[in-house]
Amino acid sequence: MRYAMAIDTRKCVGCSDCVVACQTENNVPVGFCRDWVVEVVDGTYPNVSIELRSERCNHCNNSPCVRCCPTGASHFEDGGIVVVNHNKCIGCGACIESCPYDARYSHPEGYVDKCTFCIHRVRQGSDPACVSVCPTKCMYFGDLSDPNSKIVNVLKNRKHKSLAPEAGTQPQIFYLL
Amino acid sequence: MHTRRKFIKIGSLGLGAAALTTGLANWVVGSASSKNSSNGSQSLAYGKKVATYCEVCFWKCAGWAYVTPNGQIQKIIGNDDDPQCNGRLCPRGTGGVGMFSDPDRLKTPLIRVTKDGEQTYREATWDEALNFIATKMKEIREKHGPESMALFNHGSSGKYFTHLLNAFGSNNVAAPSFAQCRGPRDTGFELTFGESVSSPEVTDIRDTRCLVLIGSHIGENMHNGQVQEMSEAIDKGAVIITVDPRLSTAASKSKYWLPIKPSTDLALLLAWIHVLIYDQRYNKAYVEKYAEGFKELKEHVKDYTPEWAYGITTIKPELIRNTAREMANAAPSVIIHPGRHTTWYGDDVQRSRAIAILNGLLGSWGNRGGIYFKEGIKVPEFPRPDYPKPAWSWQDTLNGRYPFAKEAVTNTVIEASIPAEGKKNVIKGWIVSGTNLIVSIPLKEELMKAMQSLDLLVVVDTMPMEITGYADVVLPECTYLERYDDLRATAHREPTLALRMPAVEPMYETKPAWWIAKQIGERLGLGSFFNYKDFKEVLEWQLNKIGSSLNEMERIGLKKFERKTALYIDPNDDFKFKTPSGKIQFNSKELQEAGFDAMPKYTSHPQPEDGFYRLIYGRAPMHTFSRTANNRNLVALMPENSVWVNPQIAELWGIKKDQYVWLKNQDGVVSNFSVKVRITERIRWDSVYIVHGFGHHHKPLTYAFGRGVNDTELVTHVATDPIMGGTGMRGNFVTFLTTQPKKEAKG
Repeated sequence: MRYAMAIDTRKCVGCSDCVVACQTENNVPVGFCRDWVVEVVDGTYPNVSIELRSERCNHCNNSPCVRCCPTGASHFEDGGIVVVNHNKCIGCGACIESCPYDARYSHPEGYVDKCTFCIHRVRQGSDPACVSVCPTKCMYFGDLSDPNSKIVNVLKNRKHKSLAPEAGTQPQIFYLL
Repeated sequence: MHTRRKFIKIGSLGLGAAALTTGLANWVVGSASSKNSSNGSQSLAYGKKVATYCEVCFWKCAGWAYVTPNGQIQKIIGNDDDPQCNGRLCPRGTGGVGMFSDPDRLKTPLIRVTKDGEQTYREATWDEALNFIATKMKEIREKHGPESMALFNHGSSGKYFTHLLNAFGSNNVAAPSFAQCRGPRDTGFELTFGESVSSPEVTDIRDTRCLVLIGSHIGENMHNGQVQEMSEAIDKGAVIITVDPRLSTAASKSKYWLPIKPSTDLALLLAWIHVLIYDQRYNKAYVEKYAEGFKELKEHVKDYTPEWAYGITTIKPELIRNTAREMANAAPSVIIHPGRHTTWYGDDVQRSRAIAILNGLLGSWGNRGGIYFKEGIKVPEFPRPDYPKPAWSWQDTLNGRYPFAKEAVTNTVIEASIPAEGKKNVIKGWIVSGTNLIVSIPLKEELMKAMQSLDLLVVVDTMPMEITGYADVVLPECTYLERYDDLRATAHREPTLALRMPAVEPMYETKPAWWIAKQIGERLGLGSFFNYKDFKEVLEWQLNKIGSSLNEMERIGLKKFERKTALYIDPNDDFKFKTPSGKIQFNSKELQEAGFDAMPKYTSHPQPEDGFYRLIYGRAPMHTFSRTANNRNLVALMPENSVWVNPQIAELWGIKKDQYVWLKNQDGVVSNFSVKVRITERIRWDSVYIVHGFGHHHKPLTYAFGRGVNDTELVTHVATDPIMGGTGMRGNFVTFLTTQPKKEAKG
């Protein structure tokens, strides 16, 4: 089992519903977020294009955050989901420094926090909150080892990219182009 | 100015509950203080889920409020069965809990008093406030007649006060949603097809093959169902054509983006009509069967060639022809979207007419992938006596103007509230419910004059919006999450009914609008119009009449009913449009008889002088007008607006990225606050763009105060549509002030 996410940049309108849904689902303090939206504008008027991307922890196969964590708080769960055990976290911030995606933040209560792929929902068979709320249905969540899954299907049929592949982290969020 | 009604800042009174300071990190979403589980993922045991429909915008998506066992609203999730949201709320709906948990909410009734020569508010009991209002309303009724009470409203609560005023004997009920927004569109479509596209719009976007957007920025205006369907259409490979001087989100997803010179849309529309007719690409069978006036239209658009339009619009003739062909190829599964906020240049009904005519030529009305027929459930009205017939109404104050205004024109109701010699039918009292007129009405001077002349101004709101500072009485309404409300019975592809019930008890001293209206009504001797104990009784009665029950609705939240009529035109039927002749009106006799152009003509509009740029305003997906600017669940996504400036213009002015500037308009009006500059290739060099709803100047809105600029304060030139009274607001031009202007002393 290998959980991953594919996000269709052709459909995303950048509304940030994924951010709000994550905050209310996971009780993220306002002013912080586990996911966010990036807008990249390219070209010169009137030959301009925009790419809109909902970004979050890439739940990398080769995760620097897990490797550098001195207490083992950052660890892999089933399906490759990278999770921080808040009780074990001492808030040293090494993982924040090591993440090429800037996906982690220091929670006011003293630990490091980030996207969990809504593991509590996924274990019950639901999609992560961001995926289930998205008005444009631009996000696909699923198991890469299941050849019949929607995500395997879209990745097979659509050109896609991941972010900072040169970092060698083997990220598991894919952007459909 | 005469300061009989001095503006009072509510927050400076130190009212009610202890002032909550809102350090960002302290304010927890949904105000739930639940314990995180060890890995930071929530495993809240939800107490219950409660049926509601959203009130953060007019789309009114049905959903569920999840309430924790300790009575906190944790989250709001869309109702899967609702065709308006399909289980997916937009960011504002998802963050709607921020309306409930806003620390700046109005908490108790307030009455204006003079203390030591200073006007201020004092906290009042509901009895005091309601008695005060009833006494004043009776005085107005005796002195001037009941017609002298008017209502301005937006949203669900307006209905109860409309009922109150109708029972009282007035039908002076106006909403900015007509003359400041969708009025021209509705009028233009009614004149052409005999009916409007309503709300939610009956556009069959999910099955369309070609969607044409003219200044309509779906995706930034988060009209949920439409955004969802546009995404579906993208998946299915529909061609999207977007006309906008700005590369909107929708434009970035379009096959064709037409970066038009602002104010010239009508020229483009006429050129498209020309191409369809003269290249013989219109839907001949449909036009022959359902339309009249084609011959006149053909003659009318003879000279409106793409080459003619090029010089006006800056859109190349080839691009005009190609896009017209795309539409024709897709016909009748094509939508020239009617838009929504259409009060732009003062000839907006005519522009909407051109859009309607294009749809007619392509045969989209009544066809799959075009415009479908809505069907809704008729909810019976709770028994009441007949309303008294008013001696006069807003129509009588028009003096022959705006003959096609089917709804009250806010600006003329305001005008009717300014007394003048020999003026009959003067309005003396206002109830303002759920609309912040200070921000939504562009004619500020008249608005201020009117408010200073009133005998009574009551504001009902959940938040201390700017308008509350002018009230004699402020009534704190509870939010949609704390009340029962009327059934949502909007017409759609399928008839549906949605219930809103309280997820939690009202906070502070707040009350639902139905209760407020009933209390005022009873004090006015109109108890027979409010013959129920509470609104639950009304809902139960209504639901029983249509074969449901409150019990059932509480369980399912949304009920679907079977359609009885066809979704599209049946070609075998003898279909009649709802126009006087039963046919689509290309050549409008109604307009002609009233002295207007029977077919849309292009007229040029004023252009900016050197150093000035056209002020374009619009929406952001995480905000609804000015009402969400203080919502802590949404503000982190967009705390303030910025002014979009083309890089070449920024260079010319030496303006740097993120620099704050003041905007000054053609009449010398300077923005209250400064605004951050966003230098972007997404905007034309002759225009600037800002998102509407920011620049609040009311300190009690502790978060929103002073963030960004308010576009409507810079809209001092209004081009009024002579056909229906819409206030065209896109004819204003601004320049940059890079240093803080000296405040001029105000007289």
